[in-house]
Amino acid sequence: MDMFINFLVAAVLAGASLLYGTVGEIINQKSGHLNLGVEGMMAIGACAGFMAGYRFDSLVIAIIAAFLSGAAAALIYAVLTVTFMADQNVTGLTLTIFGCGLSNFIGEYNITRSETGNLKLPEHIMSQLRNIHIPVLSDIPVVGKLFFSYNIFIYLGAIIAIIVYIYLFKTKTGLNLRTIGENPAAADAVGIHVVRSKYINLLIGGGICGIGGAYCSMIVCGGVWMSDSVNGMGWISVALVIFAAWSPLKAIGGSLVFGAFSVLKYYMPKSVITLPNAFYDMLPFVITALILVITSVRKNKGRMQPASCGVNYFREER
Amino acid sequence: MAEQAVQNREKFRIRISKRAEVGTKKAVLFRAISVAAAIIAGGLFILCIGYNPFSVYGTIIKGAFSTSMAFQATVKVMIPLLISSLGVTLAFKMKFWNIGAEGQIIAGAICASYFALFHADLPHFLLMIIMFAAGIIGGGLYGLIPAFFKAKFGTNETLFTLMLNYIALYVIVWLRDGAWADPESGGFPKIARFVSNAQLDKVGGIQVGWIIGLILTVIVFIYLKYTKHGYEISVVSESHATARYAGMNPKKIMLRTMFFSGAVCGIAGMVQATGSDMTLATSVAGGVGFTAIIVAWLAQLEPIAILIVSFLFSVLEKGSSVMQSTFGLSTYCADVLQGIILFFVLAGEFFIRYKFVVNGKERN
Repeated sequence: MDMFINFLVAAVLAGASLLYGTVGEIINQKSGHLNLGVEGMMAIGACAGFMAGYRFDSLVIAIIAAFLSGAAAALIYAVLTVTFMADQNVTGLTLTIFGCGLSNFIGEYNITRSETGNLKLPEHIMSQLRNIHIPVLSDIPVVGKLFFSYNIFIYLGAIIAIIVYIYLFKTKTGLNLRTIGENPAAADAVGIHVVRSKYINLLIGGGICGIGGAYCSMIVCGGVWMSDSVNGMGWISVALVIFAAWSPLKAIGGSLVFGAFSVLKYYMPKSVITLPNAFYDMLPFVITALILVITSVRKNKGRMQPASCGVNYFREER
Repeated sequence: MAEQAVQNREKFRIRISKRAEVGTKKAVLFRAISVAAAIIAGGLFILCIGYNPFSVYGTIIKGAFSTSMAFQATVKVMIPLLISSLGVTLAFKMKFWNIGAEGQIIAGAICASYFALFHADLPHFLLMIIMFAAGIIGGGLYGLIPAFFKAKFGTNETLFTLMLNYIALYVIVWLRDGAWADPESGGFPKIARFVSNAQLDKVGGIQVGWIIGLILTVIVFIYLKYTKHGYEISVVSESHATARYAGMNPKKIMLRTMFFSGAVCGIAGMVQATGSDMTLATSVAGGVGFTAIIVAWLAQLEPIAILIVSFLFSVLEKGSSVMQSTFGLSTYCADVLQGIILFFVLAGEFFIRYKFVVNGKERN
């Protein structure tokens, strides 16, 4: 039983960065942009968050820096795809190569200029990154451990997912955004400002991805800078959007499931089944591939990509 | 007053309109301008981090060309990039978003490595032919998977091929840690080095892959431009309905083209494993599959242009490795510069296709 609870806790921790990436990409796709740059935006957020935390020793500043830099990366994507109508696939891929390169570059640049030869977060921020402890609540057996014993990023991620859900599905602005994703020309015709809305939402999505990156560099790597800390999480997030059927709420469950897959190898009792580690590492990707196939076979209307996703909107071509 | 304000605003209305076809000369000029702007922007980036852009750019060029050994290393970087760029071009011509070159490179490398590891006693020439064929078949079949599901169910190929990349990567890890583990590595996870009989020959000091790359460039050029298959690909890319109306079978064309696309990438994997790495490493693709997409796109899917662009990218890549020793700058600098160049070229495309119209008057 203890083992199982530990497994669930580990799954939550492993899935957190995916949640940020997925929610960010959902906003992007809802505005009609298949952004393959999630990995890059996360990498830039990882770098900015870590470096801001390293310099200013403040978690709030680190998170704000991660958000802003993720949004800045998304701004490059937005300018190129919305205004300059460049190909979304190529732009996204470039953003990934650029973002990962820039993130690693700045990391190494700072390492060679540091005295110790490595970058370690200062003590104050490390204490802010530790798991929270709420009196009474955290002490409840099982429930306390499952719900009230995580670091601050986990709660922030869940709150963001819920807010984005309300924004997308319960507000007028969200409805407008979804209209743009389905049919930008119709949205334009009823007076929705398509370009402005796309910019704002791409930037918000990128910012959320950036915070997810900061989670990778600050929590997953244990407070020491490592190159490639995002390590494919952005790509899995793109896949998870499909698994979550473009719903931020389902993304919470989805990231938990994918987190569980990624830590399964440490918790699977050897007496039950022994499989090579590589198989467990492969599992999330195999499952995503299967989901892609299954959703395409079923052609379920509620689980489809926004109709204009991947197609740039040119006003004069309505 | 209010009317005046409205009038004033009206005066500065800028809108975007489509350009008529731009001539090749003008298009090339536009792209040259964007690349020049990109190099300047890259220089500003270098300046920002406190280095002299001229000396850094100079070091890159020198690092790639200064000695014959440096030049050979540059070509070595270029070989897999060139070949896989040609591979993805086949799929992209069909507007099939094959992001899976990484995986297809790996699949080709795995199949070729099987013979290098377990049938190395075959006569050298025969072994090379078999390994070459294994690379083709491995990569081709791996490319066929997403094409099959796309043709049958309309499965999104962008995301599907992406997943296949990671699956292929972990197959290598699995082989490395299990069945193909090198017994003499002393516990260090790696696959044994190929015996010399299973290594690709050298021509002019560089593995023979560069000749294969050049031949493939010509083949892909002819295939796309002068054969019936090439014509079918261009029709399918425009409209499946048109293709069907003309009596073509779009699904069959999609499957066939993706097999070839994967096969060419598989060749890249075989050449990299047996010619450069001399073993099957997890880094056999190492991001080349992604860079290939960018190269193919930058070259506008023209094989001859791919030859040039992949060479320039290799110069940047190889030259950047020297930056580490000269300036203490990490090689990731190459990725940043590549990104900057591409952002500018992507933006530059806009000016080839569209123009700004100010106050109803056209302006270039």
